[in-house]
Amino acid sequence: MEVERILLALAALLFAPIVGGALTGADRKLTARMQKRIGPPLMQPFYDAVKLFSKQRLIVNGFQSVSVSVYLASMALSLVLLVLGMDLLVLLFVLALGSVALILGGFSVKSPYSQIGSQREVLQLLAYEPLLVLMVVAIYLKTGSFSASSVMSLRQPLIYSLPLFIVTMILVMAIKLHKSPMDISGSHHAHQELVRGIYTEFSGPQMGLIEIAHWYELVFLLGFIALFWHTNLLCGALLALGCYFAVIVIDNITARMTWRWMLRVTWLFGIGASLLNLFLLYGIAGR
Amino acid sequence: MFNFVHKCRKKSPWIVHFDAGACNGCDIEVLACLTPVYDVERFGIINVGNPKHADVLVVTGTCNRRNARVLRNLYEQMPEPRAVVAVGACALSGGIFHECYNVLKGVDGILPVDVYVPGCAPRPEAIAEGVLMAMERVEQRSREPHSQMQAEPAEREERR
Repeated sequence: MEVERILLALAALLFAPIVGGALTGADRKLTARMQKRIGPPLMQPFYDAVKLFSKQRLIVNGFQSVSVSVYLASMALSLVLLVLGMDLLVLLFVLALGSVALILGGFSVKSPYSQIGSQREVLQLLAYEPLLVLMVVAIYLKTGSFSASSVMSLRQPLIYSLPLFIVTMILVMAIKLHKSPMDISGSHHAHQELVRGIYTEFSGPQMGLIEIAHWYELVFLLGFIALFWHTNLLCGALLALGCYFAVIVIDNITARMTWRWMLRVTWLFGIGASLLNLFLLYGIAGR
Repeated sequence: MFNFVHKCRKKSPWIVHFDAGACNGCDIEVLACLTPVYDVERFGIINVGNPKHADVLVVTGTCNRRNARVLRNLYEQMPEPRAVVAVGACALSGGIFHECYNVLKGVDGILPVDVYVPGCAPRPEAIAEGVLMAMERVEQRSREPHSQMQAEPAEREERR
């Protein structure tokens, strides 16, 4: 049993970057097709990452490499925690730890782009964190436990009782993946008025590590969505990919908004939808 | 392994574009490369706008004594391996401003230029090809590490 779990964790660590990179490539291709472009090859994210690792190491200060390593480690760890069905609250804590590490790395440089990007990243953290906590609370109300493995013992998929949380998960994904209209701290591909925002001062191999952390993050988010339809693996995967597709469509039909707009939408609409779903759940369960 | 790294480098040239006081003709052509019509992202080219992420520095316009140090500063912030592409007549030689007292006659007086893209203004296809050629040059240079700058002066003389 223990050996199996270790193997499962290792498989997740090994395959998540490959799957995440391929999905990112598909995202770029799909985005290009939506803009009537041909787009880069599917392997493009891997080319970019290998190139970044082969570049010269230019670090502004030592803390930057620490922050990037902590960011990568915590993204990988949160995926492992999810795969092993551990405590969801610990998982959220690890996820937030990684984001904070990257923010501190951005703050450690005096560049104004990096500074403002980091401030905006703090606001993004502030926007999506309540949504994730409410989601975990809803899962607790449904299963009576904070552990992710308790979802597996349910007979019905979570989406039947928590449908509105899929909508809030799309919001969270748009923010976490830095997609329009939530790409305020640094857009994932294109540069904006803050150059690359929080990523401006990370270069070469460090940027490559950030890319790999993004791939882990993407697989983690998709895995979290798949948890809502655990009874059928195919349905879970389709649900996750459907949400990702929705995020890509929203990315292509909207422009970047301000952080005030983002807070309004996530807190009023996102928390509103979460609470509505919680009240409905409370009424139906009669607890 | 070595070849794979080179393939990846060639397939992902990220550019930073510096306008050293051009008439905007070349700049518009550089930006035209990024539009859906020419779509240079199919070659992996992204305009990152940040020297720390860039592999290729695309320079347009006449370099003068004031912006030479900005240009040099940008170049110094780029991590190796890096390449410079001079785009347009002004960046190549100063163009019609060649005889002006403040104009340095071409980018190659300041930075080691890898590829010259002539024209006033050059076609977007030529600019995209120049960027891709620059990555080829980078690969050639890293295969023969000692011949780094030797080709530069000869080529410059030939051109004048």
